[in-house]
Amino acid sequence: MTSLTTTTSYSVRSQQWREFWFYFSVSKTAVAGLVFLIGMVIMAIFADLISPHLPTEQYREFAEIPPAWMEGGQMRFFLGTDYAGRDMLSRIIHGARLSLIAGCIVVLMSASIGILLGLVAGFRGGWVETIIMRVMDTIMAVPGLLMALVLVAVLGPGLLNAMVAIAITYTPSFVRLTRASTLSEINKDYVTASKVAGAGPMRLMFISILPNCMAPLIVQGTLSFSTAILDTAALGFLGMGAQAPQPEWGTLIAENRDLMLSAPWTVTFPGIAILLAVLAINLMGDGLRDALDPKLKRS
Amino acid sequence: MALLEITNLTVEFATAHGSLRAVDQVSLSLDAGDIVAIVGESGSGKSVAMLALMGLLPWTATITADQMSFDGKDLLTMNPKQRRAIIGKDISMIFQEPMTSLNPCFNVEYQISEVLAQHFGGSRRSYKHRVIELLEKVGIPAPETRLKAYPHQLSGGMSQRVMIAMMIACEPKLLIADEPTTALDVTIQAQILELLVELQKANGMALVLITHDMAVVAETADRVVVQYAGQQVEQRPVTELFNNPRHPYTEALLSALPEYAKEKTLNAIPGVVPGQLDRPVGCLFNPRCEHAQDLCRQQPPERSEGILCHYPLPLKSALKAASTSPTEVIL
Amino acid sequence: MNQQALIQARDLHKYYTIKTGIFRPNQSLQALSGASFDLYAGQTLAVVGESGCGKSTLARLLTLIEQPTAGQLSFDGIDLASANEKEVARKLRQTIQMVFQDPFGSLNPRQKVGDILQEPLIINTDLNANQRRDRVLELMQRVGLLDEHIHRYPHMFSGGQRQRIAIARALILKPKIVVLDEPVSALDVSIQAQVLNLLIELQQELGLAYVFISHDLSVVRHIADQVLVMYLGKPVEQGLSEAVFNNPQHPYTQALLSATPQANTHRKGERIRLTGELPSPLNPPSGCSFHPRCQNATAQCKTTAPVMEQHGDVSVACLLLK
Repeated sequence: MTSLTTTTSYSVRSQQWREFWFYFSVSKTAVAGLVFLIGMVIMAIFADLISPHLPTEQYREFAEIPPAWMEGGQMRFFLGTDYAGRDMLSRIIHGARLSLIAGCIVVLMSASIGILLGLVAGFRGGWVETIIMRVMDTIMAVPGLLMALVLVAVLGPGLLNAMVAIAITYTPSFVRLTRASTLSEINKDYVTASKVAGAGPMRLMFISILPNCMAPLIVQGTLSFSTAILDTAALGFLGMGAQAPQPEWGTLIAENRDLMLSAPWTVTFPGIAILLAVLAINLMGDGLRDALDPKLKRS
Repeated sequence: MALLEITNLTVEFATAHGSLRAVDQVSLSLDAGDIVAIVGESGSGKSVAMLALMGLLPWTATITADQMSFDGKDLLTMNPKQRRAIIGKDISMIFQEPMTSLNPCFNVEYQISEVLAQHFGGSRRSYKHRVIELLEKVGIPAPETRLKAYPHQLSGGMSQRVMIAMMIACEPKLLIADEPTTALDVTIQAQILELLVELQKANGMALVLITHDMAVVAETADRVVVQYAGQQVEQRPVTELFNNPRHPYTEALLSALPEYAKEKTLNAIPGVVPGQLDRPVGCLFNPRCEHAQDLCRQQPPERSEGILCHYPLPLKSALKAASTSPTEVIL
Repeated sequence: MNQQALIQARDLHKYYTIKTGIFRPNQSLQALSGASFDLYAGQTLAVVGESGCGKSTLARLLTLIEQPTAGQLSFDGIDLASANEKEVARKLRQTIQMVFQDPFGSLNPRQKVGDILQEPLIINTDLNANQRRDRVLELMQRVGLLDEHIHRYPHMFSGGQRQRIAIARALILKPKIVVLDEPVSALDVSIQAQVLNLLIELQQELGLAYVFISHDLSVVRHIADQVLVMYLGKPVEQGLSEAVFNNPQHPYTQALLSATPQANTHRKGERIRLTGELPSPLNPPSGCSFHPRCQNATAQCKTTAPVMEQHGDVSVACLLLK
């Protein structure tokens, strides 16, 4: 029962963050991933200030100029230009904004619906659970991208519709995770204690059980984020996602597809951007999983 | 030459908050046929010391000792291969939770014969008769019918018996039992303890019993080691310890038992066992000790007459003294 | 004490139906078969037994987590059968509360202690935030914790402290009855003594009635006024604590007392050895449930189930005592 200093709500919170950071920073790659992600977010927020040109501005006389360090390149168009003379660097910077927003919205949609369905399934059981889980099984049985394509074909092409379609394909994994956690927590004493105190189902689900299921959900959310970026790019490449002239990275590759051999920089750099973003988020997600585990063990 | 000789064993763990000294200068000497109980509460380091002996601690642990030898062989400098030849064969350990210490994927016959095959060679199937023999020895009725049973089909008492069978399969010279009966019902506990003592007598095995239950100690052990916060505070033969505890912690522990309460209020020990971050200066027990004096608060004690205390309680004569010795209680 | 009993239980039964597959008939698990007792304010009833004896089931019935399959149960005059209205249920919840066995599992790891303690108040009372906070602090102090601890999470406390928090939570609605399910079994001896002292103090101060479930007979002997010994869902012996401990009549009680180790090195008397394992509640032995392990069993014990009958100061369910 020792307390060296007075404990306040603030000091408890900051102690928890410090402990979390201690375990997270053990993995250097995770920290690198986090730094890169933060850089990407800054780049997306300040895209208008950072990018040297407007992403949609066309310089007709400067079409297909190679990057600055190659022969024929200029410092003015650091990563070269595409078939319509638009600066690659500016388009990629603005594309970051679209990719990050797409990732966020997809994860938010699929996680909120998935967690709700998972909680209800685990808590109620019976035929409610059966129906929910079988519907989720059906969604999972169809290959994700294919299902997204079908949904987009129904809803019409466009970035927003692509996001909705991808979100639907991610929902089952959240439902499963939440239901599994709910089932394992629901028999624990603290839930019984809340029942004895008279808690109703809403309070039990959202205040007692849900906070204890968060760790695997956070990790799943992070990894879904990176997959969402990939899937958005894939749909964009197929022409079913973001439409030209939106500088979404997948769309960038699609519209410059014919120049793959003659002006490879127009497809390589958007591809590298996708690669780095996904890699960074995955590395960070790994570190997150490790950091959240010891905390779970202790509590 | 003693069977087991441990001198000044210290185990430290690297944690997020710095180094944690789980075991602090613990010494133990065992001969064949001894029954020693290691008693302590949580944080006393009683399990950690034995796990260090077995080499079962995680990589975050640093083990140092002046001497740690078994049957003449030095355990500190042994390589893992040599160690594996001894562990499970000459030194065995049984754990607290029988339901989780058996592998849930394999049946009883597989698990016991695996131990035998590992140490004596040959195929697992050739040991079927020995397995049946062992199951009989530990008191499992109709052992032939239990061979194909999986751990989840066994009750707590049965699982512990299977565990014991597994661990005595190679006729070890030393058996360490880490809280073997804590998770079991009282009547089953009595059976298991009796079984252990019987086996110990039959094989001439040395038995180390780790427990927090003083009552179990009183009825089973010959010698008792009392540990507090990683340190060994007292080591005495059992009758002497119970009639005449010399360390204030042992005295306090015995008088806190409900059996020794004279009124409705129990003689609780105030305070808690020091954790990693709030170790007191001087003697580790001083904040909770009713006999503590200034020296106790300033300097850590040296071991005198086997007791780790500046002012060990005096030896009493053979006659029972009036106030502080525990009275007999017949339930 | 002239008031009516705080708990009146008569012949409580609880059966569960277990589905054993589509093609086989459902099995019936008789978790509790016929417990009866009266409990008055300021008294402690200890329920003693081993795994499968039905004590946890009894705890669940008493705390209204489940309904009895048969039998009558009333708290402070209110009959459970009429407790379907929300108001009555609410009142009952404030009358009887529970402390659980595992101090590490009975507190929500993601809630601060202050919130854990406030939860019953938020659900059941109309107190405003300040009033709730005052009540929480009052109880924290009463159980020996500091005000600032309300900002901490459960994992920052030791086992003994967590159990104190659990006790504070149980008392926050000012119940008259507290069901304690092995409250000190998971604690070290020295902490056990502290928590038991706290429980005894609170009982004397607040006039609480305790239903104390435990397998540790030395603790039970110290704290209980009445004892109910159960085996495989049925009561086998019941009476005042002194009577049961000093002169146990039922063979199971005798064996239980004999098997309990004592912390002294001068043990008297021959130990009664119980052979065999506890039978499964799904498949109880015929007649007297204890007969396969009883040294004195007769042919009649295999066929006839005994009922609880008064023998002197205790009730015993044993055919041999007729």
